Amino acid sequence: MSNISTHSHEQHDEHHDHGPAKGLLRWVFTTNHKDIGTLYLVFSLIMLFVGGTFSLVIRAELFQPGLQFVHPDFFNQMTTMHALIMVFGMIMPAFVGFANWMIPMMIGAPDMALPRLNNWSFWILPFAGTLLLSTLFMDGGAPASGWTLYPPLVLQTGNALPFAIFAVHLLGISSILGAINIIVTILNMRAPGMTLLKMPLFVWTWLITAYLLIAVMPVLAGGVTMLLTDAFFGTSFFQAAGGGDPVLFQHIFWFFGHPEVYIIILPAFGIISQVIPTFARKPLFGYSSMVYATAGIAFLSFIVWAHHMFTVGMPLAGQLFFMLSTMLIAIPTGVKIFNWTATMWRGSLSFETPMLFALAFLFLFTIGGFSGLMLAIAPADFQYHDSYFVVAHFHYVLVPGGLFGAIAGAYYWLPKWTGHMYDEKLGKIHFWLSAIFVNLLFFPQHFLGLAGMPRRIPDYAVQFADFNMLSSIGAFGFGFSQLLFVYIVIKCVRGGEKAGAKAWDGAEGLEWTLPSPPPYHTFEEAPVVK
Amino acid sequence: MNDGRERRHGLLAGKLLLLAAAMFGFGFLLVPLYDVFCEVAGIGTRTGTPTADAVSETTPDQDRLVTVEFVASLNQYAPWEFHPAVTSMQVHPGEFYETTYYARNLTQRHLTAQAVPSIAPGQASEYFKKVECFCFTQQEFEAGEGRDMGLKFMVDPELPEHIDRITLSYTFFARQAVAQAGG
Repeated sequence: MSNISTHSHEQHDEHHDHGPAKGLLRWVFTTNHKDIGTLYLVFSLIMLFVGGTFSLVIRAELFQPGLQFVHPDFFNQMTTMHALIMVFGMIMPAFVGFANWMIPMMIGAPDMALPRLNNWSFWILPFAGTLLLSTLFMDGGAPASGWTLYPPLVLQTGNALPFAIFAVHLLGISSILGAINIIVTILNMRAPGMTLLKMPLFVWTWLITAYLLIAVMPVLAGGVTMLLTDAFFGTSFFQAAGGGDPVLFQHIFWFFGHPEVYIIILPAFGIISQVIPTFARKPLFGYSSMVYATAGIAFLSFIVWAHHMFTVGMPLAGQLFFMLSTMLIAIPTGVKIFNWTATMWRGSLSFETPMLFALAFLFLFTIGGFSGLMLAIAPADFQYHDSYFVVAHFHYVLVPGGLFGAIAGAYYWLPKWTGHMYDEKLGKIHFWLSAIFVNLLFFPQHFLGLAGMPRRIPDYAVQFADFNMLSSIGAFGFGFSQLLFVYIVIKCVRGGEKAGAKAWDGAEGLEWTLPSPPPYHTFEEAPVVK
Repeated sequence: MNDGRERRHGLLAGKLLLLAAAMFGFGFLLVPLYDVFCEVAGIGTRTGTPTADAVSETTPDQDRLVTVEFVASLNQYAPWEFHPAVTSMQVHPGEFYETTYYARNLTQRHLTAQAVPSIAPGQASEYFKKVECFCFTQQEFEAGEGRDMGLKFMVDPELPEHIDRITLSYTFFARQAVAQAGG
């Protein structure tokens, strides 16, 4: 036993000297955190365009009232697949990619704690994604019940149902394994002197996110398993005829679903907490309050789920509880917003692309937060429920929130990853196009929702035509602007102005002590943090 | 040294896997918890079943009239004719009333049916007491058979003052449809 481990240890050392293996199989067999981080990021970038294409089908159909391009059932498949791909295939893998690349370099560890597991948790993803996308070509089409998969509607899905459910299982396994790896890395592999309260905030937000993932992904897995047995094995978890209750599924789903939205946004909070101090050239204001606020948001996320389902009927006490606990989330979130603002106060600000995206995040995420507060008001929710107001709300927190956070992070660390500065001029153009179009896309949807336009319907009354047209123009503008991002990334990978170890003069942290690009293996001798 | 570190990683990873497994179990635990919660809160389809004492001690409130509406619903493609004998009744709280629902099997085979009740407003559900109901048991129907099915109920005099109308709705399911879907 000890012989074997010594042997593999020697091989390991040899491997270090040679750097990455040659050829394409390097990417299949790699256990290197930087390679796997890159794989995750590339995968999620591809999925951004897949999910984005689906949303453009939706927006094309909604450009004018009436049915133009697609069959209503296919429209519903598009809303469902757009959401499933964007949530499970795009934004979550993107942040796991950041975690893989940055967490070991930020805490002074040589790699992730469980590198083989790491390889596996990535390589599950392309298969799960393919499985999910393959349902589009099946008899009866892809699931068309919305990403929430509510029964009894979802049970009417054709042959795609078991495939979609297995895809959700696989995606869940992938993120649970990734989360376990991240927690073990953070708790066991920090460099000497890197105490928990010295960790960069991105590491903190990921530690808490990983715990959320482990706590709620299995609950979703359980819920969809019940759907599976209801559909094929004669159980009646959600079938009223057999004594079950479809509302139970909504409780299970949102017990997962609400923490899930923080799984998506907390890593973005982490990235913003790295970017703003860098370009304000001041340390993050209120570091420990940021940590506690993150933990507070994570805790509250477990006790607010039923605010997604005020309209299914619940006792007054229940409505009051879920309304007030939801509003409580505004307090730790407010702490974060004010801390970021205070970080910039009297800083020597400069406005490179990552900072521009971070500022847009700060401003636009807050709009999404406020519309969330409106939705939390139980009596008012009856008007907003299942309307475009909800669509506007969650897209404001997910797109200029989550996605802008990821894009800010990509611009911020691209010089570190590639060793080249990206094209700042193009980056700024990308920012302005994105920021303008994203508002053109989603802001009118607030008005549509308040005026009564329901979501997930391919047609609408003519009075909604103008705002829908604006929104569709915004969607196509936003979608095509992201092609510019791909061009900027490719250009930066291929060459450009050399980036120094500390690519940004205001940047702090262990990752900036490494050369850009960092060697294949870093921190084999743990740095000492004072 | 390296061995010790790997064991430490394995141990923590194992604990976290256990946590994930426990949360998978918790998802299933939500099923009975949900029933218990609904029972305690008296919501959903869980109408009150009166105790013998309560029934004998209740005196009808002759000054108050409550409208009870009867609704029958069927899901898409349900193989039934299904409707109430009367669509509404004026009742005094505390007094027993009887009515019927009619159902007919439209298929040429034997079917087992289950009626699932629902009360609106939800607040009234615990005050709507059924002592006899065709929804308590599964109903057997021969091919083409149709019959009236009985319902005996009382509205509790404790019913909050502001409620003057209660809607009782039944959805009629073919039990086989569930079993058949299960193959």
